[in-house]
Amino acid sequence: MNVLVIDYGMGNLPSVKRAFEECGADVLISGDQGDISKASKLVLPGVGSYAQAMDNIKKSGWFDALQTAVREKSMPLLGICLGMQLLAEEGEEHGHSQGLGFISGNIKKIPSNENIRVPHVGWNEITAKKSDPLLTSIEDGTDFYFVHSYYFNAANENDVLARTPYGAAFPSIVRHGNVWGTQFHPEKSSLPGFQLIRNFLSISQNA
Amino acid sequence: MLKTRIIPTLLLKDIGLVKGIGFDSWRRVGTALPSVKVYNRRQVDELIVMDISATLSGRGPDLNEISNFSSECFVPLTVGGGVRSLQDAQNLLRAGADKVALNSACYENPELVTEIAQKFGTQCVVAGIDARKNSDGTYTCYSHSGTKSQNMDPAAWAKKMEEYGAGEILITSIERDGTMEGYDLDLIRLVSKAVSIPVIASGGAGSYEDIYQAIKTGGAQAASAASIFHFTQQTPLEAKEYLAKRGIPVTQMKKFQSSLAA
Repeated sequence: MNVLVIDYGMGNLPSVKRAFEECGADVLISGDQGDISKASKLVLPGVGSYAQAMDNIKKSGWFDALQTAVREKSMPLLGICLGMQLLAEEGEEHGHSQGLGFISGNIKKIPSNENIRVPHVGWNEITAKKSDPLLTSIEDGTDFYFVHSYYFNAANENDVLARTPYGAAFPSIVRHGNVWGTQFHPEKSSLPGFQLIRNFLSISQNA
Repeated sequence: MLKTRIIPTLLLKDIGLVKGIGFDSWRRVGTALPSVKVYNRRQVDELIVMDISATLSGRGPDLNEISNFSSECFVPLTVGGGVRSLQDAQNLLRAGADKVALNSACYENPELVTEIAQKFGTQCVVAGIDARKNSDGTYTCYSHSGTKSQNMDPAAWAKKMEEYGAGEILITSIERDGTMEGYDLDLIRLVSKAVSIPVIASGGAGSYEDIYQAIKTGGAQAASAASIFHFTQQTPLEAKEYLAKRGIPVTQMKKFQSSLAA
């Protein structure tokens, strides 16, 4: 098994598993931190509210387990949608809550107006800000599927791999060290999503 | 720029894929799973699956069926029909649905929308509204697959659903549904103006121009359609080309090394 999809009680886990399998990965969905040692890569999915997610992650022991896996063992981690937002230091959905703190920044609500309906639902394009193995063979202007009301307000522009325009251009892919996050759902983005998943699977431990 | 979505809808009635007219005259048109596979291979923007007999039969969603669909579906999948509790919603999401559509249950228990939104996020709650036009030109909401009047104006109800926490509105004209005579543009515009969340137009698409009008005149962010894609030569891909030529942003699937299984 090379990919562990973390089950903390929230998220579209079967969809994530199926897409990664379709891309050639051997996938285990697990809520048991002991399974980290069997994996070479971690995926943190997530659909739902920030506060509830962090509550689940702390109570289930994943908070400490992820800190160890990412910071000490340098395991590559991909956060998807809410899972990406959890990588930040702080979220503000349903009150302030502490995040995993892997990538500097906080989570803010998308400001809505007459032309910007929230949630941001649908296919929207990304524009790369840096080159990265995660973006191999993915051109600027490629559409991915988004569904979210909050965005990752990155503290360091250096951590932003790509942006997507919706009102302002928010960070749609972030990376710091061995931790990546996509605001969109690669597992629901058809072929472009598969390309990104394959790129993540190809990243070596020391990329 | 956010793209306008074209969403094929699959209607399920007692294990079969069906087509009806005006929420009646249902006929079975095959099994659903092959359709899901075809749409997935054609890289549609999104899919909606509605089990239209679940509420009427007093049963919940068929989780096995949904699980089969989702394992073949690598675009977003919205599932509705028979969702009456937080547990139903959770089960569907676990089975691989990305969004849950609620309709009949909202009239009896609108707090259900809030409960699901708080637990799983507003983005996964789609409020389905079925409406009929009255002789005086106003509209009335109907639940239970169009069989039960709710004495409620669809625009006002859409606004309520937004306040309760819905992330999208799926507005369907009961009379137009299955007729391929065009969307009820007045209805779509009324609802679209009433809310600040995305609106999916439904019921009546018969041509690419109809879809264009739902976006341009109706102000919808997405158009769903069933008959046009199942029973004519028209395809979601060509619909998108039609919209693109008229200045509506749509997805353009790029070529990738990866392929999707047949």
